[in-house]
Order: sequence, then structure tokens, then C-alpha cells
Amino acid sequence: MSDLNSNSAYPQPPGPVESPSLILDIQSLNKNFGGLWAVKDFTLSLNQGELVGLIGPNGAGKTTVFNLITGIYATTSGIIKFKNTSLVGLPSHQITQLGIGRTFQNIRTFPNLTVLDNVRIAYHPHAGYGIMDAVFRTGRYKEREKVLTERAQEFLSVFNLQDRQGEIAKNLPYGEQRRLEIARALAVEPVMLLLDEPAAGMNPGEVVALMDLIHFIRERFNLTILLIEHQMRVVMNICEHITVMDFGEVIARGDPEEIQNNPKVIEAYLGRGAKALSDKLSGKRDYVT
Amino acid sequence: MKLKVDRSALGFFGIAITFYVITQTLISLGVLNDFWMTLLRFGAVLAMVSLGLNLIYGFNGQFSLGQYGFYAIGAYSAADVTYRWTQLHSASGLVVLLLGVAFTGLFFLGVGNLLKRLPRMDTLSAFGLYVIGTILAGLLAVLLGKLFIPPITKLLLFIPEAIAAQIVFLFAVLLAGVLTAEVAFLFGLPVLALGSDYFGIATLGLTIIVKVLLDNSDTMFGFQEMKGARGMVGIPQLSSWFWVFLFLMLMILIARNLLHSSYGRAIISVREDEIAAKSMGIDVTHYKTLTFIMGSTFAGLAGGIYAHINGFLHPDIFNFIKSFDPLIIVVFGGLGSITGTIAAAFGIYMVLEGVLRLILPQGFETWRYVIYPMLLLVMMLLRPKGLFGTFEVPFLRQLLPPPLRKSPGSLENDHKVISPVLPTSEGG
Repeated sequence: MSDLNSNSAYPQPPGPVESPSLILDIQSLNKNFGGLWAVKDFTLSLNQGELVGLIGPNGAGKTTVFNLITGIYATTSGIIKFKNTSLVGLPSHQITQLGIGRTFQNIRTFPNLTVLDNVRIAYHPHAGYGIMDAVFRTGRYKEREKVLTERAQEFLSVFNLQDRQGEIAKNLPYGEQRRLEIARALAVEPVMLLLDEPAAGMNPGEVVALMDLIHFIRERFNLTILLIEHQMRVVMNICEHITVMDFGEVIARGDPEEIQNNPKVIEAYLGRGAKALSDKLSGKRDYVT
Repeated sequence: MKLKVDRSALGFFGIAITFYVITQTLISLGVLNDFWMTLLRFGAVLAMVSLGLNLIYGFNGQFSLGQYGFYAIGAYSAADVTYRWTQLHSASGLVVLLLGVAFTGLFFLGVGNLLKRLPRMDTLSAFGLYVIGTILAGLLAVLLGKLFIPPITKLLLFIPEAIAAQIVFLFAVLLAGVLTAEVAFLFGLPVLALGSDYFGIATLGLTIIVKVLLDNSDTMFGFQEMKGARGMVGIPQLSSWFWVFLFLMLMILIARNLLHSSYGRAIISVREDEIAAKSMGIDVTHYKTLTFIMGSTFAGLAGGIYAHINGFLHPDIFNFIKSFDPLIIVVFGGLGSITGTIAAAFGIYMVLEGVLRLILPQGFETWRYVIYPMLLLVMMLLRPKGLFGTFEVPFLRQLLPPPLRKSPGSLENDHKVISPVLPTSEGG
């Protein structure tokens, strides 16, 4: 039983055929936690401007992939290249400064800081003044601090959070915390954004707003986005390509429609019996193993 | 340069200077006797140590019990310098400490640059290199020091005695601070990689090591004047209320200016969430090291000042049990509150050693240590976030910048800036 979709490159999108620039290139990435292969022979490549979904059942290793890309975990073996720079072995903060922003599955804003400071921290690598300037309050400190603050405020207004600048982050409603986290991730001026389950815990209304937000930021900031999501509605609606993982391995790739009909994916999510049942119900040929 | 004075700064310094003038007048009038004066100075020194710990624990989130170790290093090194000057009339301590500290600093810079060219070196090898650098610097300082001791001593003897003593004292305290900073850097290098609790244990270890080394300072290192476990006497009592107050104010100012900057935000972000800080491009290790060095330097400077209050040092003063004092003060005053730390340091010291000692009848002084923990307990139950929580007096508070001047209806940027698809904050 061969599957055309799995382990093959993405089908070329219709339109301009010359190869768009490759931005993220992961080749045979492996990660094991003492005997457990969390990620096994994982391959993924993203072109400039793509919006790709990474899905799979719980524990499939999706977040581990994110942590490997951003350097939170050390890679066991494999190649991760971002704009032709190898990320393997680089410390996390340097990877961020190369242009990769990310959000987290469970929101990780800086809970006790104001909304404004949450964003201003992202500007720290561009602070533009030394520690002595800060201690002695030099002119440069004042000037740069003003610039940073104004930039942060303008940035907040893009996300309609400008009225909340003084609010302590943990006191924000859930949806706004998500928005703040995404805003903060974008404040590092990334080329590529990694979103880890942005719709988790959101009500249907918030999910719609989130999808709008993702479309909006993608255009406005000219982003390449890699998205982990469990809510199929989000993934199927906004992703152009989808990679499905199970037990640390890629089991399928393709566009949303192909993935929805891929027997391996259904099996991974619902089990074998369910696949057979769903096929029977939809009057299709039985899926013989 | 136009002078724009901030009202909160004016208020803060106004109150501080008034407080200083009043206390100083009371001292000269003899109203404030030696007992209260000493308490005030001890309180201030404790405030400095605790302020350092608040930087490390309250703002950077690293649980450290090493403050008293650094405090001891600062105290003994500064005391040795002034002792040699006033008792032995030799600038040997000053010269060797100055050279040692300078060479170590240079070696650190050299090794640091070398490590930049050799990335991916593991921490322990780097640590080894730094240790070798330190030892070389120490040897070099002792060897070269022999050349410089006689001329410097002669030079200082030209200056009137009282002024020379003050100069030596000031240098001793500052150099003790730098020495502590270097020790903190060296110690922090391998240890800061540990997680929070393990870091606490490791720093506790430092305090114990320093105490044991000081117990044997005369036999193991040949510092006869330190007299090991018998206690060091004869240190000139040069820490006047002026110096103590000046150093405390400077430390508050430095801590405040640092914290209210991008660097301060980076430091605090490490406390809030290390992984999120990393993904914001913050070099977490760098800021942990930086804060640890700063906090420890505060302890070292405080130690240098402490040594010259009573003129007596004993290793037991720096017992590890004591290293919980700054921790109690920081937690009691409010983690992450400079105001709280200062108030708690003075408050606890004044109540414990001052008020309770006076109101308890003769022979019942020991009950202080029953009443004091009970007070702490009640306080912590009533105000679990500490006396002041995260409250700061206006000058120490970070002000929120005014909102952007663009009114919602203005034309220039709005249609571009405000996104049409997002709900406004009010809509939630």
C-alpha cells in the first residue's frame, strides 16, 4: 500500500513555477529522550510566505519540533537550516535574533509585567545603549528609551491593545493574552513565525477572530508561518499545506483536502476501526489492512 | 544642557537628605547615642546586602543563599587593607589587592575574548581557563606588588594621616566590591547553569566554604592579622554615618536606574519566564550572571563598610545560618520591591536589636528570638506578598509612558495602524 502523499515533496502550487526561496529546511531531524524517539527522521521545508500546518495526535512530537527549531532542546541529529544558516547548536536567543518568533501552547507572556513591557522586552536586542548609559541616565538612554517606548506603543496599537498598555499581562482576558503573545512574538521582527496551538482554549468567536488575526499579520508583516493546531477548522481553513505527524514521524503531507481524505491520518486520529466504520458509512470501499 | 528636575526625584532626595541632616545633627548634639548610631549603620549595611539579594532573587528569580559569603569576602578583604595601613603603616594590602583585582579583570577580559573565538566550549573547560587566569593574576600581583609597595606607602605618608586613612578606606571598600564581583563571576560561571533550588544549595555551599576558610585564615593562608577563628581585631572604625548613608543611596540609585531600563526589563523577564525570555532574544545566561555579579558586589561593598563599623570581625558573623537574614528581609519586605527591602532591613534590625532589647526586662533579652519569628509569622499570614508587595515609592516606581497622542479619529496613521479585523480592547 503506497501512499502518494506521504514522504514526498509538496505538490507545486499552480502559478509561478520557478522555485520560491526556501526559508526553512529541516532534513532527517531526530530527537530522542533516553530511548524515546520524540522526533524521528523528520523532514520539512518551508518557502517564503507559506502558511503550513503541523498536525497530529497528542504526543506526536509537534511541539518538540518547535523546540528543536528554536534551540530550546538540543538536536540529537539532523539538519535545520534557516535562510541557509544552520540552527543546530545555536543558543535560543541567537536563533530568535536571526528572525524566528514563536508563541507557546500554554500562554507564556511575562505574567507580572505590563502589556507595554511585554512588548518592550522584545526590543531589548536593539536597545542601542549600554548598561552604563542606563545607570548614569545619559542622553542616549533617554533618547533610545523614548524611541523604544513609542515603537512599542505603536506596535500595540496594531493589535488594538494600545488602551491596555498599563495592564498587568496576567489580568488580561484569555483572548487578549493570546493576542499579546502573538504581538510580542512579532515584535522581535521575525521572518518566520511559529505558532503553537494558538486556538487552544478559545471559544468559536475567538477562533474566528484568531483566524482573521493570522491572515492579517501574515500580510502585514510578510511572514512565513508554521502552525501547530488541533482545531481542524482552523487548520483546514487557513493552511496551504499540512504535515501530519504521529509518534515522531511524518505520516502524511499535502493540502487540506488531501489530508482530510488520507486513510493514514484518519487512522492516526481515530484508530483503525473508526476508519473502517467511516468508510462503510460513506459507502466507500473497505480499507483493507 | 537644560535642567529638568523630576518631582519624584526631588521628593526622594529631599527626604533622604533631610533624614541625613537630622540624624547627623542629632549625632553631633549627642541625642542619638552610640547604641542607636551603631544600629542605624548596621541596619543600612543589612539593607545593602538585602538589596543585592533582591536583585538576584526578587528581580532575577535566582534563589541565592550566597550573600553572606560575599559579604564576608568583602568584609575581610577591606579590613585587611585598612588594618595593614593603620596598624602596620604599610600599603601592601592596598597595592596587592589593587593589582590583583586589576590583573584578574584583565585576564577575565582576555579569556572572555578567547572564548568568543572558540565557541561551543563547554562551561567547565571555560571555568578552568578562568581559574588559571585568576591564579596567574594573583601571583603576578604579589610579585609586582613588591615593587610598588614602598613608593605608594611613602606617597600616602605625605598626606595628613586622617585624610590618608579615609582614602585607604574608600579604596579598600571599592576594591573589596570589585574582588567580590570577580569571585561572583567565577563562582556563577558553572553554578548559574543549575536550576533554581540547586543554585540555592550551591550558593549556600559558598557561604559555608568562605566561613571555613576564614576560620583557618591564619593557618591556611598565613594572614596572621585575620587571626582565624579567634576573630580579627584592630580594624580602624572608619565607617561613619556619612559613608554608610552615601553608599546606601548610591546602591539604591544604581539598582533603580538599572531596573528601569531595557537591561532591567531583560533581567526581570528572566524571572518571569526563562523560555519566553529566550524566545524574545534575551541571552538568559548573560543576564543571570550580570545580576548575580551586581547583587554580590552590593554584598561585598556592604561587607567592606560593615568591617569598619565595630572594628571587629569574626567568622561566626558570617555563619550560613545568618545568610538567611537577607532572605527574610527580602521576602518580608516584598520580593521585587526596593522600598520594601530598605524598610524591612531597617525595621527588622531596629525592632530586633533596638526596641525589643529596650522593652524586654533584664535577663529576658533572648526572648527576642521568640517574639521576632512570631511577628514574622503573623506578618506573612496577613500579607503573604510581603510588607510592601511590589509597592515602590514614586521615585523608585517605573512610570507608565503617556499613551500615544493619536486620537482614535485622527486621520494620518489610523487606517493603517489600527487593524480593521481585530476587536478593540473594550470588546474583549
